[in-house]
Amino acid sequence: MAVSATNTSLDVTRGAMLPGAALVDNFIMLTQSQNISGAMANSFKYAIILTAVSLCVCSLAGYGFEIFHDKGKDIVMGIILLAMMVPFAATMIPLFQMFSKAGLLNTTAGFILPTISTPFLIMLFRQSARSFPHDIIEAARIDGLNEFQIFFKMFFPTMRSTYAAAMTITFMNAWNNYLWPKVIMTDQESITMPMLVANLTEGYVTDYGVLMLGVLLCTIPTIIIFFILQKSFAEGITGAVK
Amino acid sequence: MSREKTKKNGKITLSKKQNIAGWAFLTPAAILIAVMSFIPMFRALLLSFKTGVGNNLKWAGVFNYQRLALDTVFIQALKNNFIYLIIQVPIMLLLALVLASMLNNKHLRLKGLFRTAIFLPCATSLVSYAIIFRSMFAVDGFVNTILIKLGVLEIGYNFLAHPNSARLVIILALIWRWTGYNMVFYLAGLQNIEYSIYEAAMIDGASAIKTFFKITVPLLKPTILLTAIMSTNGTLQLFDESVNLTNGGPANATITMSHYIYNLSFKYVPNFGYAAAMSYLILILVAVLALIQMKVGDRRD
Repeated sequence: MAVSATNTSLDVTRGAMLPGAALVDNFIMLTQSQNISGAMANSFKYAIILTAVSLCVCSLAGYGFEIFHDKGKDIVMGIILLAMMVPFAATMIPLFQMFSKAGLLNTTAGFILPTISTPFLIMLFRQSARSFPHDIIEAARIDGLNEFQIFFKMFFPTMRSTYAAAMTITFMNAWNNYLWPKVIMTDQESITMPMLVANLTEGYVTDYGVLMLGVLLCTIPTIIIFFILQKSFAEGITGAVK
Repeated sequence: MSREKTKKNGKITLSKKQNIAGWAFLTPAAILIAVMSFIPMFRALLLSFKTGVGNNLKWAGVFNYQRLALDTVFIQALKNNFIYLIIQVPIMLLLALVLASMLNNKHLRLKGLFRTAIFLPCATSLVSYAIIFRSMFAVDGFVNTILIKLGVLEIGYNFLAHPNSARLVIILALIWRWTGYNMVFYLAGLQNIEYSIYEAAMIDGASAIKTFFKITVPLLKPTILLTAIMSTNGTLQLFDESVNLTNGGPANATITMSHYIYNLSFKYVPNFGYAAAMSYLILILVAVLALIQMKVGDRRD
């Protein structure tokens, strides 16, 4: 893939295995024909905001469900797990109608709202809160910290690897999400990287060199995130799936 | 006596306070799920009994559901989803399980390298990998070039123009992309199995295959159940691969249900009612399959 990005279209289809000299040409073609910097900026904006908000909301909920659990909250948790079964296809059309009425098409809020609160993340954080010692919470309560202070000062710093795992998964999902942005991003200004790459293949002639460069640019961010967080990712998942 | 009473009273207020704090913790997430999942679900149900173009809808009863039974494209999509499900999910989960138990071996060298290499496909974007598979299997693509050079084929075979080979390419692509993802869950589950059990089995002379089926599989059952449900769910909702790898073609032979729903709602003349009826069928299928899997998973306990 990386090699193909440096070749001309003709060489790519011939199966060139060595780096060619067309990288700059491909890059110029790509920047001229497509709004690549805009799509890149959009993708980063949507994915980062979604990851931050989602981690905050879901970790609060996961912690709440585990630490303060009682019958009422367990029932709510059961209902939330049911939401895991709801296929996105079933909610997509009403969501589109709701969002277009609310004027949320082509906005960041429109992109992030449906996937802020996910049963998967809530479950991940609930499992990790299970391993959080109750003695620490009791001690902190006696020291006069309120429940939110306990969460932010005690739970948040100790569960760093769970947060890293959740961050990796959420960022990747947000970055790679294709169906939902395809539905609500009707404006060319608001498109994301996966949409841009898919657009490159439309039309009669596909320039494979340019396409591969687009694919490469679309893949690099998630791979970098994965490599940075890899170690804590493995730890976080290990701690959570039991 | 009175001391006990005050203690009790104090406890009640304290637990009440904590109870309120607990609800405060989970309210935002619960409200978001209600608004973004359950309300749309309910509206989709209403919508599925209406018919019309765009937003001009009128009540039609079960008309949409009757129409589904006669829609050949829909039946093809349903078949495709099940073909992918029945062939791809078992192969992928077994492969992930075998790889995970191999990587769990303490004597294996370069473990980190293998683990990263197998998980790396998950970091690639769905659209990107679909496009790469498409160009690899194109008539003049990488796979054909190699097959011709090896003398297997004389001229390039158009994998994506024949229904069965196109489905095969989708299945291969899915296995490549998702095996590592499932493997991570199994690896995490394996961390909780005492390694000494394996060593004991080895001393008792159990073969690798026997330990795999007698120790690894039974002990990982909850994780296997989780991944099976997630994969079933994911396969029934397959969209990106169908759009970008084959674009549903040739002639809708590889289209998936989600892809068809998208086409009906946003590509052709919008028919939200009919699409909603179809989406409800997916919902019911997912729920029924998950229920069956849970029952099967429980029975072996």
